[in-house]
Amino acid sequence: MDAIRVESLTKRFGDLTAVDDISFRVEEGEFFGFLGPNGAGKTTTIRLLTGLLTPDAGRISIMGIDPGRDAISAKLLMGVIPETSNVYADLTVKQNLYLAGRYYGLSGHQLKKRSEDLLSKFGIYDRRDERVRTFSKGLKQRVSIASAIIHQPGILFLDEPTEGLDVQSRRLIIRTIEEMNEEGSTIFMTTHNIEDANVLCRKVCIINQGKIVAIDRPESLKHTFDRMQFIEASFDREVKTGLFASDLISRIVVSGDKWRLYTEDLDRAVKHVAGVAERNGLKIISLRTSGPTLEDVFVELTGGGGR
Amino acid sequence: MNYQVFVRGLIVTTEKNIRIYYKKAPVVIFGLLFPLFMFLAFYIGREIRIQVFFPGFIAMVLFFASSSVGPLITPWEKQAGTYERLLSFPVTVDTLILGDMLAGSIYGMIITLITLITGALFLDIDITGIGLLVVATLLGAICFAALGVFMSSPATPQPSQIMMLSSLIRFPLIFISGVFIPLQELHGAGRVLSYLSPLTYLVDLFQWAMGGAPVHHLAVDLIMLLVFTCGFLFAAHLFHKRNLMKGL
Repeated sequence: MDAIRVESLTKRFGDLTAVDDISFRVEEGEFFGFLGPNGAGKTTTIRLLTGLLTPDAGRISIMGIDPGRDAISAKLLMGVIPETSNVYADLTVKQNLYLAGRYYGLSGHQLKKRSEDLLSKFGIYDRRDERVRTFSKGLKQRVSIASAIIHQPGILFLDEPTEGLDVQSRRLIIRTIEEMNEEGSTIFMTTHNIEDANVLCRKVCIINQGKIVAIDRPESLKHTFDRMQFIEASFDREVKTGLFASDLISRIVVSGDKWRLYTEDLDRAVKHVAGVAERNGLKIISLRTSGPTLEDVFVELTGGGGR
Repeated sequence: MNYQVFVRGLIVTTEKNIRIYYKKAPVVIFGLLFPLFMFLAFYIGREIRIQVFFPGFIAMVLFFASSSVGPLITPWEKQAGTYERLLSFPVTVDTLILGDMLAGSIYGMIITLITLITGALFLDIDITGIGLLVVATLLGAICFAALGVFMSSPATPQPSQIMMLSSLIRFPLIFISGVFIPLQELHGAGRVLSYLSPLTYLVDLFQWAMGGAPVHHLAVDLIMLLVFTCGFLFAAHLFHKRNLMKGL
């Protein structure tokens, strides 16, 4: 069964179509990345999936349940870390976890054990009786995520979970999400961090101006952009513009002392560069080749910016 | 509807509200200090028998206390960024509305009970109908807490704006509801306006319970409070749903 199934989903706010007829499926146990520039429709999509917004058209299924019709049953299956999500500053860490757990029906021994496990895992056990108001953003986000997963949800929705965090908190959170995924939870994560998406996600979906522009495995997406592979080289002296011009090279970008030569045929292009260097007595200081990064793909597909 | 999940959500929401919002300054100021100062301002220096004034005073205490918690919760949560998380829990908007209402009702009843006990012990207050007093207090607390929740529905994440709005609504009501001027002495437009205030019917119920001089039939008072309660809850449901994601 698909954990999440979306068909022709549309959401409008007045004249603005925030989500425009999108469809996708997320398999059970999949780590799904939802990428897009600011205002692309990521948060609106998550709010639709988690039952906070009602779609104007289209269908959503969360483990076979339509959150528009039975929001409570759908919510019981999920853990949600919204974009603007804070925990209660007036409560202690433990009280925040207990509050979340009790909403999901945890009680007594179960609640105590699960809280203690998470407090230890997130490195905040010693601070469990402190009010959250004194915590840094990173520590607050640890409490937030611990609260969202206290009931061990089958599906976890995360909206920019590592935005603006310190390195330690970011790593801890990423590791926890990975572990949950390994244990079978489906992860639906929106992020600006292309590298996170590249490393973590089995499938990524890129949305721009409310429409899906690509959906595939990260490596497959990169291969569809082979024209974006390049050779980067630097030489022992200044090189005249146009020296490497050839049918093989589609674009040349000079940055500092480095030349970046884009090509669709890496093998022949490398031989060409080496030959030109040899004929002109140039010493190659460094030379490397690179395929398109997920960031290149993202920029290419989203036109390099938001609306 | 899964009733077990609904009741659980209701209890947890109410407990959360009690734990977080009872100690907030706006609740203490608008729910506790304001009625006390209003009482002192009108009572001190005037030749009024406290027994005559007490039903109106106790109704005012219940009115201010019950309606002071509700207006604060939603804008506070929107401002603090906790509202979206709250909505992501297995609850509906109605669960949250009723949880906010219950927290306001309990606050109102506690403050009213303390005032009643103080009155009974030190002010020689004669309570002729304990049962009716309990019913009236319960009904009034729910009605005014529902009003409080309704007042929190505008789409703003600024608690100060909502508290100001709630004061604008609440203050005029105490002057047309028989709190300071007995209902018998209200004539013309004042009398007509008094019918529009839910506080009028509670003051009258307390007059019934404390051997005072009620002006409406007992059943009218009870029915009107119920009608106002349903009206406030329906309006709260409508507006909270409409403004759910606004101000996030």
